[in-house]
Amino acid sequence: MTVVLAHSPAPSADTAFRSALEQARMRGTDLVVLNVSSNDALADPKHAADTTLEGYLTEAAAVGVTARVERVLASDAADAVLEAARQHAAALLVVGIRHRSPVGKLLMGSTAQRILLAADCDVLAVKVKR
Amino acid sequence: MDQLTSLAGGFGDVLTPMNLLWVVVGAFLGTAVGVMPGLGSAMAVALLLPMTFTLDPLAALIMFSGIYFGGLFGDSTAGILMNTPGNSTAIATTFEGHAMARGGRAPQALATSAIGAFTGSILATVLVVFFAPTMADLATRFGPGEYFALALFAFVAISTVVSESPLRGVAALVFGLALALVGTDQSTGTARFTFDVPALFDGISIVVITVAVLAVGEVLHVAGRHGRSGGTELIPSRGRPWLSGREFRRALPAWLRGAGIGIPFGIIPAGGAEVPTFLSYTTEKQLDRRKEEPEFGTGAIEGVAGPEAAGNATAGSAMGALLALGLPTSATAALLLATFQQYGMQPGPLLFERNGEIVWALLAALFLAAIVLLVLNLPFAPLWAKLLMLPQSYLYAGITVFASLGVYATGASQTDLVLMCALGLLAFVMRRNDVPLAPVLIAVILGPLAEYSLRDAMSNSGNDPLTLVSSPITIGLYSLLALGVAWTVYRRLRPAVPATLAEAREQEDADATEGADSRS
Repeated sequence: MTVVLAHSPAPSADTAFRSALEQARMRGTDLVVLNVSSNDALADPKHAADTTLEGYLTEAAAVGVTARVERVLASDAADAVLEAARQHAAALLVVGIRHRSPVGKLLMGSTAQRILLAADCDVLAVKVKR
Repeated sequence: MDQLTSLAGGFGDVLTPMNLLWVVVGAFLGTAVGVMPGLGSAMAVALLLPMTFTLDPLAALIMFSGIYFGGLFGDSTAGILMNTPGNSTAIATTFEGHAMARGGRAPQALATSAIGAFTGSILATVLVVFFAPTMADLATRFGPGEYFALALFAFVAISTVVSESPLRGVAALVFGLALALVGTDQSTGTARFTFDVPALFDGISIVVITVAVLAVGEVLHVAGRHGRSGGTELIPSRGRPWLSGREFRRALPAWLRGAGIGIPFGIIPAGGAEVPTFLSYTTEKQLDRRKEEPEFGTGAIEGVAGPEAAGNATAGSAMGALLALGLPTSATAALLLATFQQYGMQPGPLLFERNGEIVWALLAALFLAAIVLLVLNLPFAPLWAKLLMLPQSYLYAGITVFASLGVYATGASQTDLVLMCALGLLAFVMRRNDVPLAPVLIAVILGPLAEYSLRDAMSNSGNDPLTLVSSPITIGLYSLLALGVAWTVYRRLRPAVPATLAEAREQEDADATEGADSRS
């Protein structure tokens, strides 16, 4: 059993990580930090910096949670996250979400929404705390 | 001071709204292809060549030279922000540039490289203005024998002296020469390598060859490694791109040294700006070692300033060699030569007399292009970096469509399209096996010149081969060539390869993307 965090560099990322870490610690499970980036562009805003991920790992080690980073290259982030959750038999999937206007959602779709609706396991949606 | 009067006349011709627009368009496109790793100025010119048939010659030439300069302005952006140089000419800049960006000095690194590129271009162009006419005067004494020597010099230099592996370089050269021979021989009417295909009787158009080699080959190359690596992180460049007085004082000598190293290399057919950028990098590194606290490796501003100035200085003096001698010293310069030929002009000694107006307007446009490029690159480099987020599948699909369209537009012939695909496949196989592509282009463009000058020289002298070494100029060129070859042999027999160059090549190979025209 694991807790899987779908991570991408966004304002909600750090909050989502804290919640995922808290869940993993409470449940006594491993934590998988999953970063899905596109394999198409040369520079990808969804690609997480190594320094951030290393920071997460040390933070997890400090509270005694075994954490590891997984990078996935895929053009469709939602599918990749769901697939990874299945593979790890995740007990909980953690995603950071943000508000998006209805028009924005119509045009761009919402990865978080697709994950929420299609995941087999529990999903924890984390918002930026103001 | 004839030159200044002529140059003023040139400015008069260029300072029309339409021509200024072409300067800006060239600078814009050049920066864009320079920023994108995998694309380069040679590919951009090859793709646009068929589109400019209807344009007036000056407009096409100033746009293309803007692209040539722009490619060298933009190439460092991706290197500095992403550690993936936009072109092989920016590898040397990337070492210190990326270190500066990691240290939070990305705006300063970008500014140093933009101002360096500007300094190099301007200094080289000023020299060209003053010396090109003199050089052209000297070159009016060139006969067929001299031209043959010059072409041979370019062939050997680009395929053996500069190339990593002389065998691969010569192989590429032979491919190019074979392609140049296809068609009906003009003096005897013999059909060569046509295989009785009527479409080949006119030869293979330069447009087909360059588009296939530079664009289609690159598209296949990128497709061949799709999915092997993902995107990388782009270091954000925050803050104003101003240099402090101290930084400026440190960068200024490096800019000037870089330009000094770069200028002579533009005249030598040494495959473009790669070698001088590394020479400049090594020079700055050695100067740095003498300091009390060496900074190289941690983001030294000199390591960005020098190579970038050197790279653009080569482009400037390469324009001089092209205009005055008709000698292309890089892949992009070879394509500019093809552009001149497309309009029935032959760069070389007589160009200043026959088409003086265009030449001086072009030189004036080079100054304007450098200024426009500085304006485009100094404040807006972070914006250009956004191009790197473009999905490559769209980009390369677009390039393929554009390439096919251009090739079909030149001759409305399906044979050309088939040839383009076949040659693109050949270029892909060559790239996979590390065979350089620049010798192919130089051979295709200079091959006919070499052949006809050899024949002229032979028929003028009643088939006496000694006529080829009968003048001081030819003897000088051949001995220079012999020296170059001897130096290459000596360098290869000695085990110690210049360390930085070898390491850089390895690093470039390891990088997910590498420059398409690694030698423009």
